[in-house]
Amino acid sequence: MNNLINFLTAGILAAAPLLFGVLGETLTEKSGNLNLGVEGMMFMGGIAGILGPYYYEKAGGTNPYVALIIALVCALLCAGLGALIFSVLTITLRANQNVTGLALTMFGTGFGNYFGEAAGHADPSGFLSVSTAVKGVFNNPIFPDAMVNIPLIGKLLFSHNFMVYLAILLALALAYFLGRTRTGLNLRAVGESPATADAAGINVTKYKYLATCLGGAMTGLGGLYLVMNAGAGVGGAWVHNCINGYGWLAVALVIFAVWSPKRALWCSLIFGGLACMRYYYPISFIPASIYDIVPYIVTAVVLVAVSLKHNRSNQPPESLGLSYFREER
Amino acid sequence: MTEKHHIQKEPLVRMAKREGLSQGKKWAIRLGAIVLALAVGSLFIAVLGHNPIAVYRDILSGSLGGASARRATIRVAIPLLGAALAIAPAFKMKFWNIGAEGQIMMGGIAATYFALFWYDKLPKPALLLVMAVASIVAGGIWGLIPAFFKARWGTNETLFTLMLNYIALGIESYLQNGPWKDPKGTGFPIIAMFDQNARLPKVFGVHIGWIIVLALTIGMFVYMKYSKHGYEIAVVGESQRTARYAGMNVAKIIMRTMALSGAIAGLMGFLVVSGADYTLNTGTSGGVGFTAIIVAWLAQLNPFAMVLIAGLLAVLTKGSNTIQTNFKIPASAADVLSSIILFFMLGCEFFINYRLIFRGSKHNQVPTTAGTQEKKEGEDHE
Repeated sequence: MNNLINFLTAGILAAAPLLFGVLGETLTEKSGNLNLGVEGMMFMGGIAGILGPYYYEKAGGTNPYVALIIALVCALLCAGLGALIFSVLTITLRANQNVTGLALTMFGTGFGNYFGEAAGHADPSGFLSVSTAVKGVFNNPIFPDAMVNIPLIGKLLFSHNFMVYLAILLALALAYFLGRTRTGLNLRAVGESPATADAAGINVTKYKYLATCLGGAMTGLGGLYLVMNAGAGVGGAWVHNCINGYGWLAVALVIFAVWSPKRALWCSLIFGGLACMRYYYPISFIPASIYDIVPYIVTAVVLVAVSLKHNRSNQPPESLGLSYFREER
Repeated sequence: MTEKHHIQKEPLVRMAKREGLSQGKKWAIRLGAIVLALAVGSLFIAVLGHNPIAVYRDILSGSLGGASARRATIRVAIPLLGAALAIAPAFKMKFWNIGAEGQIMMGGIAATYFALFWYDKLPKPALLLVMAVASIVAGGIWGLIPAFFKARWGTNETLFTLMLNYIALGIESYLQNGPWKDPKGTGFPIIAMFDQNARLPKVFGVHIGWIIVLALTIGMFVYMKYSKHGYEIAVVGESQRTARYAGMNVAKIIMRTMALSGAIAGLMGFLVVSGADYTLNTGTSGGVGFTAIIVAWLAQLNPFAMVLIAGLLAVLTKGSNTIQTNFKIPASAADVLSSIILFFMLGCEFFINYRLIFRGSKHNQVPTTAGTQEKKEGEDHE
C-alpha cells in the first residue's frame, strides 16, 4: 500500500510538467496553430527559469521568494519569446507550421544547452545550479505537516509543491475559458474556421498571436518544473538535454486528451505514472532500458488507438496546421 | 462603433501574391537571409563575450583548414546529406517524417549485428553487402510502420515517427547494456569495435560512403523529377483528393515512399557504424535525423542544393567543435546557428512569394530582405 501511495505521489510529480506542456499546446492548437516546438520552448523556459534566480543570487539576492518570482517571469517570457518567433513566421509570414515548429525545437534545444553549458563553464563550481533555499521553494509541500500526515490521502493530496497545484488550477481555468467564455468561444471559432471568424468580426491574427504566445509561455513552466524539481528532473541544476522528450510527449498527449484541458489532467497523470513506474514496480524480466521507453511505446499505441476511433467529438480543430490568408479565400 | 464602420481605412500594409521572380533574385533573397541569420547568430557569440568575427573565422579554419579537418567535415556531411535525401521524398509528399533519427539507428543496429556475429563467416565484400542490405531493410521497416498506420487510419505520423526514435534508442541502449556488451570490455557497457572485415574501405582518405551518397543524390534527383513515382509523390503532397481522383493508390504511394525514405536513412546508419565510428553507440544517429530536416528544407528539397547545404551545416558542426576547444563556446552553438538560418530561410520565402503594398501608393515597390527590387511598373496587379 505504501509503495502504491509513493508511486502515485511520484506519478503526480512527474505528471505536472507534462500537464503544463499539454495545456499550453492545447491553447495554441485551439487557435489553429500546430506548434511542434513545445520541446524547444520547454528548453527555453527551463534555462531562463534557472538563469534568472542564478544571477539574482550571484548579485547578492537571498530572498528565495523573489528568486521564485524571477524564475517564473523568466521562464514565461523566454518560452513566450520562442512562441513569438513561431507566431511571426507562421501567422505573419505564413511559413509552414510543421517545419517552423521543428526549427523551434532545434533552436530551443540548442539555446538551452548553449547557455546552460556556458553558464556552467563560467561558474567556479563548473555547474549551473541554484541554492538550497531556492530549490526548497520549488520542492517543498505548501500545506502544513498536519495535513500531509493524514493517513492515506495526506501524502497523495497535500504533499506536493506549489507548481503541481498551479498546473491543476491552470487546467480548470483553461477548461472554463475555452468552454464557458465568449473569448474562448471566439478562439475556438478561429481554430475551426478562421474565415468564418474573420467574417464575424473576430481579429484572427490577434487571437492566433495571443493564444500561441500565451500557450508557449505555459509550456515554459513545464520546462522550469523539469529543471527545478527533483521529483521529475534533477532539482535546481542544469543538466545537458534535461527536457529529454517531455515536450514531445506533451504534444502527443494533446491528441490523447482530445484537446480537452480536463482530460489532460488524467492523461498526463497516466504518463507521469508510466515515466516513474520502473522505480516502484520493477519487473525482473524487463531490462531497464526497455522499461524506460514504455511511455513512448504507449504513446505510439495511443496514437494508433485514437486514430482508429473516429468520431465527431474527437477531432482536432478543423483548420489545425493551416495558415490563414484572407486574400486567398 | 458605427462611426468606425464608416471610416473603413485601407490597411497600412497589404500583401499580394507575386510570381515570376527570377531564379537569380530568389537565391539572392535567400543568400541575404543567410547573411542576416549569421548576423543574428553573432549576437549569441557576443553575449558570451567573444568576437563573432574571430569565432566565425575559427569555424571556417577548424572545418576547412587542413586536409584532416576537411576529411572530418566530409565525414560529418555524408550521413547528413544521405538523411536529407531520405527525408526529401517524404516531405515532398507532406508526410512529416521526423523519424530519420530512429531509422538511422535501426539501420546501424542491423548492420552491427552482422559486423559482430558474422565477421568471420563471410569474405569482406559479401559481409559489407549483407550489412548494407540489412540496414536498408531495418530502416525501411522502421519507416514503413508509421506509414502503414498513416495510410490505413490517418495516425499522426509526426508524433509516431518521433516516438519510434525513442524506441530505437531504447533498443540500442538495451543491446549495448545487455546482449551485445563487449565481453572483453572493462565492465563499462560498450559494444566492441568492428573487425577490419566489417569496416568500409576508404577512397581519398574518406570512407566510400561519400561516393554512395553522391550517387544517391543523382538517383534521388532523377527519381523525384523524372520518374512516375516522383510525380505521384508530388501529386499526393499537393492534394490527396486529386491523387485519388486521378486513380492513384494513395495508401500504396505513402507506404512505398516511406519505406524508401526509411531505407535510405537506414543505409546511413550502416555508413556511420561501418565507415566512421566502427562501433554502435547511443550517439550513432547523433541528431543527424533532425539536422537533415534543416538541410532538406533549406535546399527546397532539391537534391543538388542539399549537397551544398549539408556541406554548410557540416562546416558549422565540425567548426563548433573547434570553437569549443578554442573559446570554450559550447558546441550547441551549431544547433543555434543552423536553426537561426532555418528561421530566416523560412521567413524569407514570404518575400519571395508575396509582395507588400503600402497604403497610399498603388504600385509602391517594396525592397525585400536582400534589397532586390522588383520591376513591374505599369502592370496592374489587382
